[in-house]
Amino acid sequence: MRVLELTINGDRIEVAAPDHWTLLEVLRYRLGLTGSKQGCDKGDCGACTVLVDGKPELSCLRLAALSEKREITTIEGLLPLHMQAGGTGPDPVQDAFDRCGALQCGFCQPGMMLSARALLNEKDSPSRAEIQAALSGNLCRCTGYTQILEAVELAIAETVSEKPA
Amino acid sequence: MSARDNHGTEPPWGDDFQVIGKRHRKVDGLAKATGQAVYADDIQLPGMLHAKTLRSPHAHARILSIDTSAALALPGVHAVITGESMPIKYGVIPWTPDENALATDRVRFIGDEVAAVAAVDEDTANAALHLIEVEYELLHSYTDPNESLERHDPAIHETNKKGNISKHVELEFGDVSAALDEADVVVESDFFFHGSTHTAIEPHCAVAQWSQDTSEEGLLTVWSSTQISHYVHRALARVLELPETRIRVIQPNLGGAFGGKSDPFSLEFCVAKLSMITGRPVKMLWTREEVFYAHRGRHPMHMHYRSGAKSDGTLVASDAKILIDGGSYSSFGLVTTYYSGQLLTGPVHIPNYRFNSTRVFTNKPPCGPKRGHGSVQPRFAFEVQLDELACALDMDPIEFRRKNWQGENTQTVNGQRITSSGFLQCLEDAERESRWKERRGQLPDGKGLGVAGSMYISGTNYPIYPNDMPQAGIQIKVDRSGLVTIFTGGNDIGQGSNSVVAYLVAEELGVEVSDVRVVAADTDLCPVDLGAYSSRVTFMVGNAALDASRKLRKQVVAAVAKKWEIAEDRIRMGGGVVLDLSDAEQTMPVREAFQLAEAEYDTLGSTGSYNTPTLGGDYRGGTIGASPAYSFTAHVAEVTVDRETGRITCDEVWVAHDCGRALNPMLVAGQMEGSVYMGVAEALLEEHDVNRFGLHAGPSLLDYRIPTTLDTPKINSLIVESIDPEGPYGAKEAGEGPLHSVIPAISNAVFDAVGIRLKHLPFTPAKVLRALAELEAEKTVQPVEQS
Repeated sequence: MRVLELTINGDRIEVAAPDHWTLLEVLRYRLGLTGSKQGCDKGDCGACTVLVDGKPELSCLRLAALSEKREITTIEGLLPLHMQAGGTGPDPVQDAFDRCGALQCGFCQPGMMLSARALLNEKDSPSRAEIQAALSGNLCRCTGYTQILEAVELAIAETVSEKPA
Repeated sequence: MSARDNHGTEPPWGDDFQVIGKRHRKVDGLAKATGQAVYADDIQLPGMLHAKTLRSPHAHARILSIDTSAALALPGVHAVITGESMPIKYGVIPWTPDENALATDRVRFIGDEVAAVAAVDEDTANAALHLIEVEYELLHSYTDPNESLERHDPAIHETNKKGNISKHVELEFGDVSAALDEADVVVESDFFFHGSTHTAIEPHCAVAQWSQDTSEEGLLTVWSSTQISHYVHRALARVLELPETRIRVIQPNLGGAFGGKSDPFSLEFCVAKLSMITGRPVKMLWTREEVFYAHRGRHPMHMHYRSGAKSDGTLVASDAKILIDGGSYSSFGLVTTYYSGQLLTGPVHIPNYRFNSTRVFTNKPPCGPKRGHGSVQPRFAFEVQLDELACALDMDPIEFRRKNWQGENTQTVNGQRITSSGFLQCLEDAERESRWKERRGQLPDGKGLGVAGSMYISGTNYPIYPNDMPQAGIQIKVDRSGLVTIFTGGNDIGQGSNSVVAYLVAEELGVEVSDVRVVAADTDLCPVDLGAYSSRVTFMVGNAALDASRKLRKQVVAAVAKKWEIAEDRIRMGGGVVLDLSDAEQTMPVREAFQLAEAEYDTLGSTGSYNTPTLGGDYRGGTIGASPAYSFTAHVAEVTVDRETGRITCDEVWVAHDCGRALNPMLVAGQMEGSVYMGVAEALLEEHDVNRFGLHAGPSLLDYRIPTTLDTPKINSLIVESIDPEGPYGAKEAGEGPLHSVIPAISNAVFDAVGIRLKHLPFTPAKVLRALAELEAEKTVQPVEQS
């Protein structure tokens, strides 16, 4: 057991957890941030994807103890961060996923949306092939991915149109 | 006319629908998008214990003894249970109860449940599992279904009267032998459909909390990732010997199911029992490996088909013999065995038809229902044979299907009633959009197009346990705030059934969808619905929702008419507003209309229900496969075959699906796309199999190759709306039908591409290369024969 100092969704949090616990376990079972999901617990499915210093990472393969001094963003952080940045309501990625029907069971989507968010933070207008590549580590069993790709493209279109020319 | 026959395909208010037929957000979409939606493993209760299961390392063995004393002595362990504590058998089909929550005397597959431990945390529970000592006597294990046909010593289920045969069905309609004798063309061959599994991304999880209330037995609450709360409720009562009133089953948000969560599972009984023993909440979450062994996926089927046609292109007969590998337990196997034959009799008319299906037990993970239960396999074989017949007759395969279409408002050869059918439109749309006529047979070598068609049930007449009560029930509460609350037993498994009932009720009551709340799948709060299986929810729960809302609508309209002193037919409600058609000035918010009705009729509420009309053939098993409505699908697949590597790529799929009326086209398209994706994966990538010891080939999401964004073809969804006379506003199913025919369409496309007929799934590069070599050998031999 050790006390960890983590930075999650902008908050510095002290939390005690067993040494061998992963970041996913600490998020879910210590902090109640259950939006990050466990689908396989060995890095195959991507449902546990979170952003670590802005990059998508599998929280089931990262020890919580190695997550100190990193900026961690979970799905619960997207809406508040969007509002802090002056937006209203959910992040454009979240909103587009809902409007395009990309959320069927919704279980893989927190990871999927964070992968999409990371891509959009890096590139303004990625191509469909780039979107497919960026999301290829996130397995979805419901949608056949079609509406997910449409959602990411919708989020891109609306984000671009919102930006001042 | 009783409430149960209260159908209607027309908009409730004038000419246009206001909610139905349009794209809408799902009622739970943003909760899921923001991470707020609670799934079973997200539930954490104070003082909760964690449970794990000890599983059999042997495919078939007798349990001689189990010693749990060392496990129980481990600090942190609160309880250890074995089969002794829950000896009553259960099964989702009441005629075949052959499962125990934990093995009592036998284990029947590697992974069968033997004991369960509840401890302060998962690590302690896992450590305790290693301390349980089980003495086994190994028995001969069966992995080949043919062996199970031939011998039954030892029998996998000792009490089964038919050896290792789980179910046998033989039915003939017409005179198949005579018809085939008179056919001008007959094709005959073996087909194999392999096993595949659901792999919902959420692993199974259950949480139980027993609490002492004023009753002697106390109250047991079970949250479970199930798609059939009602059957879980009944099974818990049976096995735990509790009255159903002492048990509450709640299905939280569900992370996918596809049929894989439609049996009662060991973990539900174990957490319940462990909670009753310890007085603490108990959770059990299966690992991905455990989910692979729990399985209940697609049955492997060894199929022999013989079909014939006249030279004018009329199909005359089909004859099927099917050996079904059931794995170790019955599950839905009785139904699977019937479905393997009963659901093939449309959209193409088969004047003479016979099937002989046998399901056997083997010592493998139990098979069950996976999306397109029991009928995806025969559909593959039959649609490939239709392609062969069309080729032999030198007919376009689409034309061949068109010619043999059974029509609308007709009856199948096995006595099933067909009402609406948009199959011709499906064929036409897929043909046009894929540019079939210009491109088939004209693509460069290695590229090809293939077509196939199918039909599927919108719910089933067979309610699993015989009873005369409704199959689906709904309750609606409306109050002076303007809020409408729907209580439904329906299981939303991601397909969006909660949203569908909200759209239907919003349409009827003229409110905004955002002013409708849905309380679902909680056996204490909601009327009974039988669950999310057989593609029944939109049709049956939807009709129940219309029934309930129409009763309320009547009261609200009457109250407004009285207030305004006008005739009821002048009133329109929509978008949260009530209008007087003859006086544009006269309006009121729906909230006020609800208040008028509440004043007039007292507290507002209504119930609605749906039951199927009496349907089905007049013979034993004739009701299995009988459905109030059938959906129809046509697929065109485009493939590329690499002659060098043998690898098939499915590049693009056109799927045209007749879903009756599309209540929300966005959700319908999502079901079609997900179905196609899953079918393509079964054809080309996925295989659920065990080796000769019964050990799974690769129980992980890396080894079991479900497609990523990069492996999924471009999917074009073409919605066809036939408007069914009995569906809610004319709707039928969309969640399972669109999977079926993509698999034979791929096989037929491969034939178009390189001239080989693939009849053994999955279509691996090795099989492709072998078939190409055989074709090449035939070509070189043929000239010699002719000379």
